[in-house]
Amino acid sequence: MSVFVDRDTKLVVQGITGRDGSFHTLQMIEYGTKVVAGVTPGKGGQSFEKVPIFNTVAKAVEETGANTSVIYVPAAFASDAIYEAVDAGCRLVVCITEGVPVNDMTTVYSYVKDKGAQLIGPNCPGLISPGQCKVGILPAQIHREGHVGVVSRSGTLTYEVVDQLTRNGLGQSTCIGIGGDPIVGTNFIDCLKAFEADPQTEAVILIGEIGGEDEEMAAEYISRHVTVPVVSFIAGRTAPPGKRMGHAGAIVSGGKGTAESKVAAFEAAGVAVAAKPSDLVPKLAERYEPARKALQAG
Amino acid sequence: MKVHEYQAKELFVARGLAVPEGEVATTPEEAEAIAKRIGGMVVVKAQVHVGGRGKAGGVKLAKDAGEAKAKAAAILGMDIKGLTVEKVLVTRAVDIESEFYLGLIMDRNTHQPMFIASAAGGVDIEEVAVTAPEKIHTLAIDARYGARSFQARKLAYELTDDPAVVKGMTKALMTLYDVFMASDATLIEINPFVKTPDGETWSVDAKLNIDDNALYRQPAISAMRDLSSEEQSEIEAREAGLSFVKLDGNVGCLVNGAGLAMATMDLVQYYGGMPANFLDIGGSSNPEKVVTAMRIILRDPKVKAILFNIFGGITRCDDVAAGLLKATEQLEVPVPIVVRLTGTNEDKAREMLVGSSLIPAVTMDEAVQKALELAQGGAQ
Repeated sequence: MSVFVDRDTKLVVQGITGRDGSFHTLQMIEYGTKVVAGVTPGKGGQSFEKVPIFNTVAKAVEETGANTSVIYVPAAFASDAIYEAVDAGCRLVVCITEGVPVNDMTTVYSYVKDKGAQLIGPNCPGLISPGQCKVGILPAQIHREGHVGVVSRSGTLTYEVVDQLTRNGLGQSTCIGIGGDPIVGTNFIDCLKAFEADPQTEAVILIGEIGGEDEEMAAEYISRHVTVPVVSFIAGRTAPPGKRMGHAGAIVSGGKGTAESKVAAFEAAGVAVAAKPSDLVPKLAERYEPARKALQAG
Repeated sequence: MKVHEYQAKELFVARGLAVPEGEVATTPEEAEAIAKRIGGMVVVKAQVHVGGRGKAGGVKLAKDAGEAKAKAAAILGMDIKGLTVEKVLVTRAVDIESEFYLGLIMDRNTHQPMFIASAAGGVDIEEVAVTAPEKIHTLAIDARYGARSFQARKLAYELTDDPAVVKGMTKALMTLYDVFMASDATLIEINPFVKTPDGETWSVDAKLNIDDNALYRQPAISAMRDLSSEEQSEIEAREAGLSFVKLDGNVGCLVNGAGLAMATMDLVQYYGGMPANFLDIGGSSNPEKVVTAMRIILRDPKVKAILFNIFGGITRCDDVAAGLLKATEQLEVPVPIVVRLTGTNEDKAREMLVGSSLIPAVTMDEAVQKALELAQGGAQ
């Protein structure tokens, strides 16, 4: 199984001829992702590494049956690209682009919801179902197919954690980077819901950070609806209030979004919170038998 | 990006929302002249990007021009939470009968702009939220349709029954929404919004924060940036495309990725140290970026050790190592550098660092502990 992306994912790459788009298209093809089309206005009719390029997403979907889009276009054009992908009928849109004005995302969010589509990102590394499909910029080689679901607001911190899982013999069902912006299409709860329903996923690692109340709401959701073990880490305990820590969404403001509040919410919901990244796998081992065995064997 | 009170008020006035007349002064003499022009009682207000200016002594009443000059002399050059006051706003004083809070934020939970209003104005709204949450009223606006007058009016009636105040407040709320959307704001507020004993209403203070991601399409707002009110190292980092926040510790941190950078800072504190900064160097191993980042970090004399924590995913560790070696050749670094490279080609990267002055570490925990040891050793 896995969640959101799998062997049936047929991907269209928006911005396929750009620097990032072309580089990551090659990486995705190499991993086995079915990249069926690319879009760059003005370059329709050409191709990139045997992938046909179209002028519009609508044409790409019509000709190739693409059901998922990944966006690598510059920030000023990213919201338009999301509208275009959803309008063309893509059910899942993954926006890698960083720096999209949050103002634009208010209306994008409503549009995507109304159309019944799903947006991941913006400002995210994408997602991977190891052994099946990778959409985005995650380094495929650190992932292994398995049963731990990973969801995170960050990129490299997630790779750090995935790397530890893999080194300890623990594979992943799907790893999802939901993005570091204040308004993102898919939140922790959406991912938890999908992991809970996925037979392949047996445990979840949730990596949160300061800013907003997504983690607090996730904690509430876990206590009511999630039966698989969940282990968490929250980044930004040392961040000063009022300062944006890299991610547009990683800011403690108005006394809200502190690491303390998130840790307390998770602990109240019975979620183990690791004090440091290297404690995540040991914490997982306390609640998930295969992790305990893997640690013992390792 | 933060916009000063006087600048935010200019945006209000441009949309027809009256504010007490006033002007900015950079010298006591200018303040005196402005006060003379306004006539009567004035307020002299420090223009700095921090909350709690009043408590810090940065806002003073003056009964005439002479007193305005004296108050301005006291406030100009004053240090408020680490920032030097370079400008004061001299503005007509308004009699206050009651004070309200009016604001608008980008709300992450509803994914929409959301009004926040309270009849408990004039004080720190964060405190009200904690001590008397029932006094705070919110209303999320569907950005597709924008704010409508009836919504603003409805909110105003939650705060008061006085028809004149409701009228003025509705106008103020609609102006807040217009300025918020037009300037790509993340936060805008009027605190306090004042009712005078004569039944007039005035927007007495203003605060406006802008989404940095939208500055590319906000040239007029970008031009309002006040470099004198920002940390020099943060300005330099921004110009170099680095995400940097200065902190108080002695371990300089260079990390790729914001989440990993925060986790690295946290780990420094976990092991009993204090990070000197947050720095996300981004995805590339570009030696120039590394050099700039190290220059910025080393400008802080408190830094006793530097910690590189890089996860090589798409960027290979051997590439990063090559960048690091090149960067350290170009720059004389007076403090020890601990390097932790993990991910793709990490073994190759570690071999490359053998024989250099860089101190290798395998895990994040080991790297942080080594850096702390060295930082403490250097301090003795």
